[in-house]
Amino acid sequence: MAGGGRAAGALALATLARRALHALLLLIGVSLLSFLLLELAPGDYFSEMRLDPRVSEATVRELRARYGLDRPLPERYLRWLASIARGEMGYSFAYGQPVGPLLWPRVRNTLLLTGTSTALAWLLALPLGAWWATRRRGPADAGLAGLTALLLALPDLVLVLGLLLLAVRTGWLPAGGMVSLGHEQMPWGARMRDVALHLVVPVTALVMGTAPMLVRYVRAGLADALDAPFVTAARAHGLPERRVVFWHALPAAANPLISLFGLSLAGLLSTSLLVEVVVSWPGLGPLLLEAILARDFYLVLGPVLASTLLLAGGNLLADALLLAVDPRIRSDA
Amino acid sequence: MPALLEVCDLAVHHVGDGGRPAVALDGVSLEVSEGEVVGLLGESGCGKTTLLLAILGLLPDSARVVRGTIRFRGRDLLAADEPERRGLRGSRISIILQEPALALNPVRRAGAQVAEIVQAHRGGSGRRCREEALSALAEVGFSEPGRIYDSYPHELSGGQRQRVVIAQALVCRPALVLADEPTASLDTTAQAELRALLQELQGRLNLSMLLVSHDLGALAAIARRVLVMYAGRLVEAGTPADVFAGPLHPYSRGLLAALPPPPPRAGLWPRRLPTPIAGSPPDPASVPEGCAFEPRCPDRLPACVERAPREEQPAEGRRVRCFKYGG
Amino acid sequence: MEAEPPLLHVRGLTKTYAGRRRGRPAVPALAGIDLQITSGTDLALVGQSGSGKSTLARCIVRLEEPTSGEIRFEGADLLALRGRRLLAFRERIQLILQDSAAALDPRMSALDIVSEPLDVLGRGGRIDRHRRALELMETVGIPSGWAERRPRELSGGQRQRLAIARALTLAPRLLILDEAFSGLDVSIQAQIAGLLQDLKARHALTYLYISHDLALMGALADEVAIMFEGRIVEHGDVARVFGDPRHAHTRALIAASPRWPGAAAPPAP
Repeated sequence: MAGGGRAAGALALATLARRALHALLLLIGVSLLSFLLLELAPGDYFSEMRLDPRVSEATVRELRARYGLDRPLPERYLRWLASIARGEMGYSFAYGQPVGPLLWPRVRNTLLLTGTSTALAWLLALPLGAWWATRRRGPADAGLAGLTALLLALPDLVLVLGLLLLAVRTGWLPAGGMVSLGHEQMPWGARMRDVALHLVVPVTALVMGTAPMLVRYVRAGLADALDAPFVTAARAHGLPERRVVFWHALPAAANPLISLFGLSLAGLLSTSLLVEVVVSWPGLGPLLLEAILARDFYLVLGPVLASTLLLAGGNLLADALLLAVDPRIRSDA
Repeated sequence: MPALLEVCDLAVHHVGDGGRPAVALDGVSLEVSEGEVVGLLGESGCGKTTLLLAILGLLPDSARVVRGTIRFRGRDLLAADEPERRGLRGSRISIILQEPALALNPVRRAGAQVAEIVQAHRGGSGRRCREEALSALAEVGFSEPGRIYDSYPHELSGGQRQRVVIAQALVCRPALVLADEPTASLDTTAQAELRALLQELQGRLNLSMLLVSHDLGALAAIARRVLVMYAGRLVEAGTPADVFAGPLHPYSRGLLAALPPPPPRAGLWPRRLPTPIAGSPPDPASVPEGCAFEPRCPDRLPACVERAPREEQPAEGRRVRCFKYGG
Repeated sequence: MEAEPPLLHVRGLTKTYAGRRRGRPAVPALAGIDLQITSGTDLALVGQSGSGKSTLARCIVRLEEPTSGEIRFEGADLLALRGRRLLAFRERIQLILQDSAAALDPRMSALDIVSEPLDVLGRGGRIDRHRRALELMETVGIPSGWAERRPRELSGGQRQRLAIARALTLAPRLLILDEAFSGLDVSIQAQIAGLLQDLKARHALTYLYISHDLALMGALADEVAIMFEGRIVEHGDVARVFGDPRHAHTRALIAASPRWPGAAAPPAP
């Protein structure tokens, strides 16, 4: 039974491979569905133009034909898939260029924002949640409970607007955007500092929005684990408290936290949309919004696909971590 | 030379939310000498787990020691600070907890959970701790300690897990082993194996043990003395032969009558339904003035309601707390 | 004169779990069980963990489907029942499990728990159902004043009584008790055993006990069947099996039972 360690390892890999296949199918399914839904939505990029009396019907028809909008749906889908393979991901009517090159700088900016805030949120939540779990029924317990409840109740919009207001009133922080004027002329160190300053408001808003929930989950999971008989047993064996909490309780509490981590990763490209728009952060959010309003078909699909890719990837990573951390799941897989 | 463990008139109360304290232990006194196994017989709620936790200094925050002392080799355990108690736990006084399935961390390998105890108390290199853990595993009867070392708890059977827990308790060669129902969650054959193992270990290592169990077979096999506990008090004491074959206290008699007799190896025997004890144990939050067993006692006397009986000594080595024997 | 069919008749029952792990053969949990229970005669199924006894219980109440074999209850083919007929059968066989705390919904009051079967089947008006539930609670020794208590406010023994009361609501004929005594104190075990004997006469019940505790089973049941690795290796009257065990496993179990001084002749209470 115990010698099945290697067998369990091979089984785990097989499971992961299966999940990866599912992820691929998910991507294909999402792409298809998004394509269909966008198609079903009324109008296209040239609808506005049709309303303009100066533009003739024939011109519109010709434009649509030129961009291939009059082809049948399956053909357009397949052409789009081919375009993805080439790295172009379709064509943006508004920008007059392939979607791919438009996306990547935006993706990079968004990842800078969400990566920083997700990392900070977790780095804050883990020790805070752990500390909270060890304080039962004290003033600290009630205080943290109230604080997290308050922050959870506040909508993200309120948080970011409030911070923006603070920035504008005090002038300590830039009021939006990612870089200041004259950014390119600055030396390397100053440029980093410039971006960092611009990050403060949106990152704080995002962290204040996500950390409270994480803290609660960490606390709940750890509190459960600390009540477990094997923790009492570990203490009864005279193990130092730090080992009891970090080597025994935390790994046992890790399951839900790993799933949550996967969700965090999955949301790296999608959760910051509102904040980006409000602070004018040049990320994926504003681009997507713009594209939707303009009905820029392929430019809408691009971010959707990128988000889904990260979602699938995040879940896969969570699955892999779970298999690595919990031997019981390995054996049952 | 002082006894290894000396508990003197220990009383522990649980402070509940708002109000009456619940009496978990009501003046318990007992002694364990070097090389002696003392058995503790009692049902849930009698305070046996509280007693073990009090000895280890692991009482929950809601519990308070109201009076009494616990001395280990003359040292007052209740007065000791936490670092001192942590130093004793696992190395000088160790415990075998109930439910081995729950006493081991499911996401860590079994062997590591034995080795870390060595590491915590004796330090040393990872390899040395692993070696000591392996030898402890061999000592509890594993023929392939290496394989068990690398296994996870859920890959082991109930009996194997329990043996790992025993290895954890013995790895630092403690002076005193506390055992809380070690055979309780196992099935019949595993119980028998464990009983044999405990007997063998006791004989070979001359263990001093406080064995809490309702497995009379285990108590009969290795305990030199048996103490019966009810509602936080010790109500009877004697050798296993005395207490099991000739119980004095009405609760002990009731308890033994409630046990189904073991199947004989050969020959017919009369079937007998176990005889229950009427009623249920008292609510620890409202302990009566008189004898705690009085409401359920078939032999009650008028004095039993008025005051709690003192300990009497009707014979050499026999103690009983009951008005039937004096007082 | 036609003999009454046995209450429960199991023939050639097998249950194989498909090997979930690659390369491992399928595991037979039950390898051809033949068993009969006569109405009024209590049977104890004794085996160690992994012997398949719980699987057998679950197959009988159709919580799991056997791979092959036949189960006849009161003469009818149990495995062929579906829909409403299956529901009707479920009233006649009830199952009591080991972990009463897990078997009772922690958010329901004691009264709700006991009246739930009637509620679900819509038998009688609400007042009637509550009255019957209270009656049953009294029968098993739970005072009606405790009707509003939640399971966590009750002791292990009291929870088990509640589970028994719930099982009795639909007037079953066969009660299967799967390790129902494990985890209970000795004196509580004795109380529950006494309660079950009382109820047996009053409610015309037959019991199938499942346990690993040979001594307890010998005291409670009329017949005993020893299970080992998915098979019944010995079956007969308790006195016969204990007095003259024929199979090696039976002898091993008897030898493994704990013994103590004075056990053979217990003190008069």
